Parts: sequence; C-alpha cells; structure tokens
Amino acid sequence: MGSAAAIIIGAGHAGLAVSRCLSDRSIDHLILERGEVANSWKTERWDSLRLLTPNWQSRLPGFGYQGNDPDGFRTMAETISFIEDYANLISAPVQTHTTVQDVSFADPGYKVKTDQGTWLCQTLVIASGACNKASVPSFAKYLPPSVQSLSSMQYRNPEQLEQGGVLVVGASATGTQIAHEVHQSGRPVVMAVGEHVRVPRVYRDRDIKWWMDAAGVLDERYDEVDNIVRARSVPSLQLIGSRERMTLDLNALRKIGVRFAGRLAGINGGKVQFSGAFKNICALADLKMGRLLDLIDEWALASGTNDEVPPPYRFAPTEVEDSPTLIMDLSEKNIRTVIWATGYLPDYSWLNVPVFGRKGRIRHDGGVVEAKGMYLMGLPFLRKRKSSLIDGAHDDATDLCDHLSAYLDEPSGNSSSEGVLCK
Amino acid sequence: MVNNGVNVAALLEAREALTEAPEAAQFKWRASCEWKNGTHSHSTVDSFYGLGEEQRHRTVYSFDADHPEVFASEDNGATPVELVLVGLASCLTAGVAAVAQHRDIQLKSVKATIEGGMDVQGILGIDSDVRNGFDGIKVTYDIDADATPEEIRALVAQSQKRSAVYDIVTNPTNVTVEVN
Repeated sequence: MGSAAAIIIGAGHAGLAVSRCLSDRSIDHLILERGEVANSWKTERWDSLRLLTPNWQSRLPGFGYQGNDPDGFRTMAETISFIEDYANLISAPVQTHTTVQDVSFADPGYKVKTDQGTWLCQTLVIASGACNKASVPSFAKYLPPSVQSLSSMQYRNPEQLEQGGVLVVGASATGTQIAHEVHQSGRPVVMAVGEHVRVPRVYRDRDIKWWMDAAGVLDERYDEVDNIVRARSVPSLQLIGSRERMTLDLNALRKIGVRFAGRLAGINGGKVQFSGAFKNICALADLKMGRLLDLIDEWALASGTNDEVPPPYRFAPTEVEDSPTLIMDLSEKNIRTVIWATGYLPDYSWLNVPVFGRKGRIRHDGGVVEAKGMYLMGLPFLRKRKSSLIDGAHDDATDLCDHLSAYLDEPSGNSSSEGVLCK
Repeated sequence: MVNNGVNVAALLEAREALTEAPEAAQFKWRASCEWKNGTHSHSTVDSFYGLGEEQRHRTVYSFDADHPEVFASEDNGATPVELVLVGLASCLTAGVAAVAQHRDIQLKSVKATIEGGMDVQGILGIDSDVRNGFDGIKVTYDIDADATPEEIRALVAQSQKRSAVYDIVTNPTNVTVEVN
C-alpha cells in the first residue's frame, strides 16, 4: 500500500495547479488520474469547441500563454497541449489510468482504493471536475422513442444527428454554441430557453473577459456575495470563442433563423410544453447585462481606462415575439433530435465519507471540506467568481495549499509523523 | 429608513431555517367550495399546513364566485377567471414590496392592472381548437418609488421570478380531481 502526504484526484488544470503549489511547499503528493492528463478535454467535449476565455487568461502557477495570439481562443487540441505542457513543466507526479473506486476515512487521513491499488494519504484534494455527468430533467424519458435524445456530453458534431429539426434545451454557453453549429448545418433549431446570462463578446473594443478581469468582477470572493448557493448555480455566460469574436446571444441566433420558446416544462404525448415566462427570463438577462456594463463603465471612469476606449453604448433588448410558443408537436414540426444542454454535475459516487449536504453537494467553506484534510478544487465559484475558469486555479490552489500545509504542520489532530513512517 | 411594511429580516431568517429543515418548508394550501345556486358558489379558506403542523388564518376568509348577467347568471361574485387574475396580481404585487424592501427601495405607490384575453368559443364548445383558458395575460404596473426606472424594472422582473402564482400560471401543473 502506497502513501503520500497528499493525494490529488484528477490531472486537469485544477489538480495540476495544486500539484505545483504542493511541490513549492515540498509536500510529497501524488495525482491519481482515471485516464490521461487533461482527460475530460480529450474525451468529453464536442469537436469544434474553443475555450471561452482568451489565450492570455489561462494563467496557471508558474505558467501562462507564450504564443503570439494572446486574444485568440484555444481549440481543444491547443487546450490539451497547454495542459500537457504544464504537467511536463512542473514534473507532475501523475499516476495515469488509475480510477478511484472508493475513498474512506483511514483515521488519520484517507484510504484511496483504485483499480491499480490502494493508497493512504493525510490529505485529499478532489479535483475531479464539475462536469462529470450531464444533468438531464427526469421528464426526458417521456420523449417519443422515434426522437433521438442526447446530452451535450454525447454531442460531438452535427453529422451525428439525423437530418431534420433539432430542439436544443438550455441557453447557457453550451446550448447557444451547439444551437449555432447545428442550425448552420442545415438542421433548423428551436431552443428552449430558461434562465441565462447574456453578455457581449466585445464591449468598447475590449473582450468582456478582459473587462471582468480588470474591473475585479472575477476576483469577487465567495464570502462576499449575497447568496453563494445561488451564485454557484448561475448558468455559464452565453459566449463562444471564435476568430470573428462573435457575440452569441439570443438576438444573434435569431438573426440566423433559430427560433425560441420558454424553458421546457414538460413532455406529454409527443408534444413538448414550454413555460410562459420567456419574456421575463429575457428581461432578467437584459437587466443583468445592463448592470454588468454599468459596473464596467464606472470602473473605466475610475481607473482612467475611459479615454483609451470608445464611449459607452448599450445593446438592443432581447427580441421576443408577442406570444411565444407554449406547446409544440414534435412530429408536426419535424423535430428529429433533442439535445439536452441542461447542465452538468460532478460525480462523487466513489466518496464514502459523510460530507454531503443537500442535493448531493459536498459541504465546504471555499474548498475546505468539513472533513479534516479534505479539499475541493475546480468548481464554480469555489473561492472566487473566476474559480470555474482555468485562470481561477492559481489563486484557489495557492489558498488551499496554504491551508493544507498549515493543517499538516499542526502539532496534533493529524499524523504527519506517521505519514513519514509509512513511506 | 426604508419601510414597505415587509419584515425582510424575518423572511431571511425563515429562508435560513428552512434550508436547514426542508421538511418544515412543505406547505399545503387549501380552500373549500360549496355550490349555492346556478353558477354561484361560496368558497372559504381557513386552515393550511406548514412548518410541520396545522396552521390557521387569523379569521375565515370567504369568496363568492358567479358569472355575470351576460352569461344569464345572477352575478353574485367575481368570475373564477377573475379570481385567478386577482391571485396573480396580488402575488406579483406582494413580491414587488418584498423585493423592494430587500433592495432598500422605498415604495410610494404600486398599482397593477391585469387583463386576460379569452375566446369563449372554447368553454362554450363551439370550436375545439380554441382553448378554454386565457390566450394571454397582460399585467401593467405603475410604480412610484425612490429608484431609477431600471431598478423598478428589475423589481418587477425579480418579483415574477419568485412568484408562486406566476409559476402556476406559466407552467403546467398536474391536477387530480376525485369524487368521494
């Protein structure tokens, strides 16, 4: 049985950033990875996806973008090499093709059982990702069998889909990008739109992510926001990383012919029902975008950036028809496929430690789990608004490794000496 | 000091408490209805269930419903569909007040008018393609408050997002009717 002061589960950007911070603190550790470095990027993304953040913005501890297109958006292949290069650079101790099957208390520390053997560790960092499974509403099972049903995790490209209409459920970054690509392939798209976050790609000649980074929006802390539970479940920004720096909001999709209805509320006998709240959903998104742009304009004035960029402007409100569709007969509208872009969930089925709160979420305070010596990384708004971004891993890993290191140094309550003996 | 008569502290405390005790958040709302004559009925609300036990209103409230004389009825009360409009408008208006209080916005006056369109060929069975219910509902607010027009629009939008009746009206609900 092997042992380490720390075991990290997952060799994505989050796990690797933690590894680098632990190495900096001379804490002996191991990364367990079910597949290969950057596994989810290699196996669970659609083909055309590019990162939604500009190249310059993926700043990991001791590593960043070195090419000559800082404002571009990485393809999946480029994202994978970026993360692989980082793993090589920091000589990350990754044990690949090792699937964690069970984690339990070992008193002190944790016992980590995998398909390649068992390890003991004093501390555990869970960096296995926020998007392990698609979250699909339970009424999806009422779809007629003649209609193809796939989640955004199963979607790769439009050629997978039959010819004919497609209903895309969900209007976050995933739903809007898939709707765009599928509609352009000649398969007419209807989108079911629930709560969403509308932003322009570019505002006053700068990328929205540049503004959010510069104005400190992305640095807002989890203990500063009004309702962190809600902040952690806000859908992703409607963004696409494209060469044209295209804005991909509902108005842009409407312009190419995508049609819309409210949130999908039910399926009944081959008919789908949409919520009648679509107008308000769009009003909420427009108002929220307005507040973000107000905040950016205020910051631009205060910081002196105002004179370097064009003057403020606003975008047309989201266009909504007077009476949006409430009921749609799938066969009548020739809808052959439904794509569920209704969000993702982490998979903690292997974690046998009582740390779960409501709805299967792990109870934690900014990534510090209630169970001593256990940490979380790489979840939405874990410690800061940017925690969901690759760029968020730097600050989160630094903070959590400080905590982890102090915990290992505590004279009582853990077993750093025993850990050394085990080696 | 902003005062819209909403005890936001108590509501926030309740939210905290009910997060910890989700079973106490399970409520049952009830009404009883008794036929009088013709299309006239008399309904009362009295008890409800919540916070883990039976609860009672301060007093029994009653509502007469009927159809107007143009439907050859006696017009002893509001039509049931008007009661739905009353429910929606009062729910949204309560929400406006609560959200305003939470956002430190002093309200001076809030007035809503609400109108639901209906093709009665549906309920009369003239045309089976026409639904029985409203073909749309329009609510118009006139709000005087210490806030910008944007902030007032955000109040009304947030109120819709948190309104029970708005949800009931805009989303399907399973309805089971049994006969004893």
